[in-house]
Amino acid sequence: MKWLSLLMLLPLAGAAIISVLPKSNEKAAKQAALATTLVVMVATIAMAVGFERDNVDMQFVENYAWIPSFGINFALGVDAIALVLILMSTILAPIVVLAGWNEAHGGRWSVKTFYVLILVLETMMIGVFAATDLFLFYVIFEAMLIPVYFLIGGYGSGERSAAAVKFLLYSLFGGLLMLASIIVLYVMSGDQGGRTFDINRLAQLEMSSTTQNLLFLGFFIAFAIKAPLWPLHTWLPDAAKSATPGTSVLLLGVLDKVGTFGMIRYCLTLFPEASKTFTPLIMVLAVISIIYGAFLAIGAKDIKRLIAYTSISHFGFITMGIFAMTTQAQSGAILYMFNHGFSTAALFIVAGWMISRRGSSTIADFGGLQRITPIMAWSFFIAGLSSLALPGLSSFVSEFLVLVGTFTRYPVHAIIATFGIVLAALYILIPVQKALHGPTTPGNENLKDLNLREKIAIGPVIAIIVVLGFYPSPLLNVINPAAKHVISQMGFTDPVPSIGDK
Amino acid sequence: MTTSTSLVYLIALPLAGAAILLLGGRRTDKWGHLLGTAMSASSFGVGVYQLMLMLDRPTEQRPVGQKLFEWIHVGEFKVDAGLLLDQLSICFVLLITGVGTLIHIYSISYMSHDKDRRRFFAYLNLFIASMLLLVLGDSYLNLYVGWEGVGLASYLLIGFWNQKPAYATASKKAFVMNRVGDMGLSFAIMIAFATMGTVSFAGVQEQSQYASEAALTGMGIMLLVAAAGKSAQFPLQAWLGDAMAGPTPVSALIHAATMVTAGVYLITRSNFVFDAAPTAQLLVVIVGAITLMFGAVIGTAKDDIKKALAASTMSQIGYMTLAAGLGPVGYAFAIMHLLTHGFFKAGMFLGAGSVMHGMNDEVNMRKYGALRKFMPITFVTFGLGYLAILGVPPFAGFYSKDLIIETAFDAGGAKGIILGITTLIGASITAFYMTRVMILTFTGTKRWDEDAHPHESPWLMWLPMAILAIGSVSSGYLLSRGDALENWLHPLFNHSDEYQKHLIEPIVVSAMALTMVAIGVAIAYFKYARQEVSAVAPEDVSIFTKVARQDLMQDRFNEAVFMRPGQALTTTLVAADDAVVDGAVRGVGQMAMGSGSALRGLQNGYVRSYAAMILVGAIALIGAIWVVVQ
Repeated sequence: MKWLSLLMLLPLAGAAIISVLPKSNEKAAKQAALATTLVVMVATIAMAVGFERDNVDMQFVENYAWIPSFGINFALGVDAIALVLILMSTILAPIVVLAGWNEAHGGRWSVKTFYVLILVLETMMIGVFAATDLFLFYVIFEAMLIPVYFLIGGYGSGERSAAAVKFLLYSLFGGLLMLASIIVLYVMSGDQGGRTFDINRLAQLEMSSTTQNLLFLGFFIAFAIKAPLWPLHTWLPDAAKSATPGTSVLLLGVLDKVGTFGMIRYCLTLFPEASKTFTPLIMVLAVISIIYGAFLAIGAKDIKRLIAYTSISHFGFITMGIFAMTTQAQSGAILYMFNHGFSTAALFIVAGWMISRRGSSTIADFGGLQRITPIMAWSFFIAGLSSLALPGLSSFVSEFLVLVGTFTRYPVHAIIATFGIVLAALYILIPVQKALHGPTTPGNENLKDLNLREKIAIGPVIAIIVVLGFYPSPLLNVINPAAKHVISQMGFTDPVPSIGDK
Repeated sequence: MTTSTSLVYLIALPLAGAAILLLGGRRTDKWGHLLGTAMSASSFGVGVYQLMLMLDRPTEQRPVGQKLFEWIHVGEFKVDAGLLLDQLSICFVLLITGVGTLIHIYSISYMSHDKDRRRFFAYLNLFIASMLLLVLGDSYLNLYVGWEGVGLASYLLIGFWNQKPAYATASKKAFVMNRVGDMGLSFAIMIAFATMGTVSFAGVQEQSQYASEAALTGMGIMLLVAAAGKSAQFPLQAWLGDAMAGPTPVSALIHAATMVTAGVYLITRSNFVFDAAPTAQLLVVIVGAITLMFGAVIGTAKDDIKKALAASTMSQIGYMTLAAGLGPVGYAFAIMHLLTHGFFKAGMFLGAGSVMHGMNDEVNMRKYGALRKFMPITFVTFGLGYLAILGVPPFAGFYSKDLIIETAFDAGGAKGIILGITTLIGASITAFYMTRVMILTFTGTKRWDEDAHPHESPWLMWLPMAILAIGSVSSGYLLSRGDALENWLHPLFNHSDEYQKHLIEPIVVSAMALTMVAIGVAIAYFKYARQEVSAVAPEDVSIFTKVARQDLMQDRFNEAVFMRPGQALTTTLVAADDAVVDGAVRGVGQMAMGSGSALRGLQNGYVRSYAAMILVGAIALIGAIWVVVQ
């Protein structure tokens, strides 16, 4: 069965159906979008069941000639890393649709356009992780900007146009650098046995270290903008503040993962030597991101900006884990990508409900919600605990793996990064105190608690966060062989315990 | 190790209670407190059952374990969710569930007027489950889950009435300062894995004999940081006084009897690390000695009965920490004092709660006085706890505290003299501030507010107080009779075989201690019983009292050194992120464009045309290159 192309086609089919629905029937568009995303989710889980976890090669491979004269193929396949990210994306999609049932209202365009954009985006989210042809990857990587641009610019709030453009300019800039690198690779492959965009063959190319370094930078900067890594992060808070909560979930939860995913799949695979050359620099940038993002989150006055800054801190952890080159850190980083998707989703979704009820995203405008809307307050609190990586919740497992794995090779980096856990307590508990505790402040007295639809949307997210905190084995067992493979491909082995001499 | 399949119920029962009460919501309001109490009591029942099984087994087979499931396995990092019940953890299990159940019972009545009583019991159950996981986990990482779990429960309970901003702040402060300690625990685990390749207690114990002293010292110091955070030891002590914002049963259970002693558990559990790391061990002693004085001094100046008791707790845990830092000879005494303290301090906190219950929640002791006649049961139970903490024979503290003082002197040399004298002076100050509490509260003249109508508490409240008072009287004798606890714990610790003679005869130590106590009592008597006590705290006091009233400036120090610089840094970074980082990136963009038009475009609203131009440029570039390579 051609699982991956099926997964990519299903959302498009849903989008096609929605586009022929009458504009006035907004409910039907929503229901169709929800049904489609649920089907995609079930199909993805069905595919994942058949994944051979000890096989490190690409699985569910499909290959269609696309533009034969250029050696371009529509080639798909997944390893464990891509599988985990596709799973995350397709589980998040129906949750986003259900949670943001009314967020398309008041947009520049119709409700049905909103869901068409979401579904097209879902196809691309699957494709960007499943592509095994570099050209295909690049096309999707860039094309994804379009629906996101319209989702922010058309349905966001505040200075949505400016934020959308800032997002687009940053992304296009990174994309251009990557494009230049891709073209050079393509040309070089022509000189070395036939033009191709096939990743495995491109990985075999011989090149001087200078070339490799430059090409690496082209890719890495594009991914570091996406991820986003300090100091290329400044587009994210603006975009997250302006986007609808659902769009923010997809933006930070899924699209930004393309950056860290790309670092593993493309930077490490295509340019192993350059990756090692730049590792010291990247590790420093990652640690700065962790601490810097945390400080800015502490100082944030807007709740959506706050969540965006926490993500900058979390992406610092992921990047650090990727480049620390130990199995614990690598597995931790991959698991972190998955877990971050859900903890950020929980935060954005609940924050979105709080904001739409209160009509403000300024933290200081809230107060005493725990006694007005207990279920909403609890949901926000649990999401926050996940963000601060409380043991027993999923993010703890991944964050601790990254830290312990980094420590065995880069103790100083790990030690500085660990200070982030104290800062995390602050950036979560400060808004919790301001918004949920204290006396009920004017304007909050009549807020309504979560309705059934909202409970159904947030319930599974919290369940995933709790269950994977205690029982991450199902995911770790899939991730571990892939992480080990990455490490050994790069020529690393885990540091042996330095028991010392006695 | 023998496997026991029933260990998990110890934790599962209270955890289920918490889950049912939290998820069930208001539907469970009617019977929530009963369910919570029943879950805690059942867990106590399982604990007693486990104790009986353990007593039946020969010494070397006493520890039992249970592997629950595979938790985190990545490469050589392998941690299972596993439990370990040995002679040390059973002491804690019985303390946590025993005192815990009494406090559940007490709370049924104490919290009966609170419309959120069910939520309170849910948190209490969550606490019991987390605390049990903390002492039953068979690896540092499992312990970590319980460690932060109790931190969460503590946060929720300190902030139980978080509609009051000060209480919300107190709960946040406790969590954040605890996290500083948790960072220490993280480091300790990382060091263990990087140097010994394992994070289980058994693994680290085995590997520690091969590990370098540097590694063990680093790990030991980090464990001490963790212990200091959780047990309110210097320099991470500042949260405990504020934690008294929580309902009084919480102060009794979490911030006196159990959670705050977790640091002592951690150090005792890690005896194999500290025994091989003399520097870390010395630091433990120093931290203990400083804290026991620090807490005692603060205790002399507090008018808030709960804050006086909290300062006392800090000080008493200082004694335990000091003992634990004295190595194999001290571990058992640290645990003994921990257990006796669990009885008498929990009892006194419940007594304080009983007084508050009768006095419209007044906590200022200057507004008490003469309550002996109105609350006779509270007076007697509190009084027995008072005699126990003073160390008057034959009450509990006499046995446990004297053993610590003896062991301190036995450290020998200048160290022994300094530690011995410190513990003696501490005993004297303890006698002073506790006598002050007794006098201000129960004797002398009435200084009540006009609407106060003190009355004895209902039986649901005084019964637990009475049971704890029995413990305050007898536990010291029972635990030390025939060195019962010492022999019980003996197999866990790495004792040197040679018999150590006491440097000072125990009887002499006891005489010195009692003399010091008598001096403290006498000073308090002349200062408070023989003179009129003002209902308003006098302002014309010595600088010493002023500083002690402000908790020896601990908050001012933290604010000046950490909080305000941190806030300044945050403000600077927020401003700089917009101006410098974002500005620089925009600047680079401008240069790339060759003019300032991009930025002007952003401001003028013509931006989309630029975006479109880039897009067109990209496509043109692709096209051009294709043409070239064709």
